[in-house]
Amino acid sequence: MDTLNPPLLSVPRPSTPAAPDLGRQLKIDVERLSFFYGAKRALEDISIRIQPNVVTAFIGPSGCGKSTFLRTLNRMNDIIAGARVEGQVLIDGHDIYGPGVDVVALRRKVGMVFQKSNPFPKSVFDNVAYGLRINRMVSSRSELAGRVEESLKQAAIWDEVKDRLQESALAMSGGQQQRLCIARTLAVRPDIILMDEPASALDPIATQRIEELIYNLKKTYTIVIVTHNMQQAARVSDHTAFFWLGRLVEYGRTETIFTAPSEKLTEDYLTGRFG
Amino acid sequence: MERVVRHFQEELEQLQARLLEMGGLAEERVRAAVQGLSTRDVDLIDQVLQGDEPVNELHVEIDSRCFKLLALHQPMATDLRAVVSAVKINTDLERVGDLAVNIAEAAKRYATHAPVKKLIDLPQMGDLAQAMLRDALDSFVRRDTTLAKQVLDEDDRLDELKTKIFRELLAYMLNDRATVEPSLDLILISRHLERIGDHATNIAEDVIFMVSALDVRHHAVNPQN
Repeated sequence: MDTLNPPLLSVPRPSTPAAPDLGRQLKIDVERLSFFYGAKRALEDISIRIQPNVVTAFIGPSGCGKSTFLRTLNRMNDIIAGARVEGQVLIDGHDIYGPGVDVVALRRKVGMVFQKSNPFPKSVFDNVAYGLRINRMVSSRSELAGRVEESLKQAAIWDEVKDRLQESALAMSGGQQQRLCIARTLAVRPDIILMDEPASALDPIATQRIEELIYNLKKTYTIVIVTHNMQQAARVSDHTAFFWLGRLVEYGRTETIFTAPSEKLTEDYLTGRFG
Repeated sequence: MERVVRHFQEELEQLQARLLEMGGLAEERVRAAVQGLSTRDVDLIDQVLQGDEPVNELHVEIDSRCFKLLALHQPMATDLRAVVSAVKINTDLERVGDLAVNIAEAAKRYATHAPVKKLIDLPQMGDLAQAMLRDALDSFVRRDTTLAKQVLDEDDRLDELKTKIFRELLAYMLNDRATVEPSLDLILISRHLERIGDHATNIAEDVIFMVSALDVRHHAVNPQN
């Protein structure tokens, strides 16, 4: 059972080029986090540190806890009855499970993109403007239009929708809808974007667009992505964390994890020798 | 998922079997070339000169198998290292096959002259180069890094023999101009055998990388993390 408690549970080696600089402030610092659905422990003693402007991929078999863990990072699990968290999640040094935390503000700061694109049955423009309006984040129409355009450009969909901003978002293709949802997330200017299987329902070309987008967005944001597609994790992420049965088995530079993992469990999973 | 994995393993095993077959062929050709030199057996030498095709065919086939495995299965971790190592070992073995031809060419020329001397060190170099090749391939089959490291150590002995042969033949050439041409062929052969040792060393290094993900080339030891 030693393989379940590897020594590397924090940051990858700092001496290697792609490894984060230890001197930089941590964006996310999770300390001994456990998560319970009622009496069932879904996550056990997870500790992980994530630096800013890095793409981190969570991989592992179905039911390993990677999505659950992702959702603890912006308290999306709060809405589940009987859910309970132990341990600490610090974002920019602040405990997000501490007393008096404004969960709405937290979710603005830590945005989320889901597996199934979920645009509102509204126009393209109104979808992106939604968060800005309800949070009263803009003071004029022109500012609103500017922020919508900026977000659509960041999400690499502006050129495709600029002439049909008032058309229904539901008329767009799956790949466009997903990028629209990313634009909607970006509009409220988060620091961190959590992505739960963002391309699993998309064709290869739409998937490639999302992956390119992730690559470009990391200059501005810290991104954590859950994916079942290991090639995708290998392509888009700087660091990879492998989860198994609710535990973090191995965490390190993506290049290392996919070419020479330290843990046998990781090796077995990557090479399909699981079980 | 299960089915795909078994399929991949099956293909990987076939790839490794073909690589071993090629290794065996290359090793046998080196043996025949050196024996042809020692016994001045021109028929045997001609067989080496004319028999490069099977090695070349395997070279192309193995590359194609590796390419297919990479494209269709996108292997990772140890599987990825195994396929990448196979690509490199394949190139080394093909070069060994070419060097056997080079040895045979020089041996054929040498056979047209009177022997410069009784050949002792060159056949010894031949034995050593073949042993290194065999050990490198064994270490590949058994995933045995200890044996692979032994191959790396043996390379120095081959270099020493080459230097010794050069010095000895230099003395002959200085004494008797008639020995210059055949001596140069023997020096060339020693150089080819030394190169075969280098290829065996490359293979051993690839085995170490394949098994333990350590890059020991150029005396570097870099864990990949």
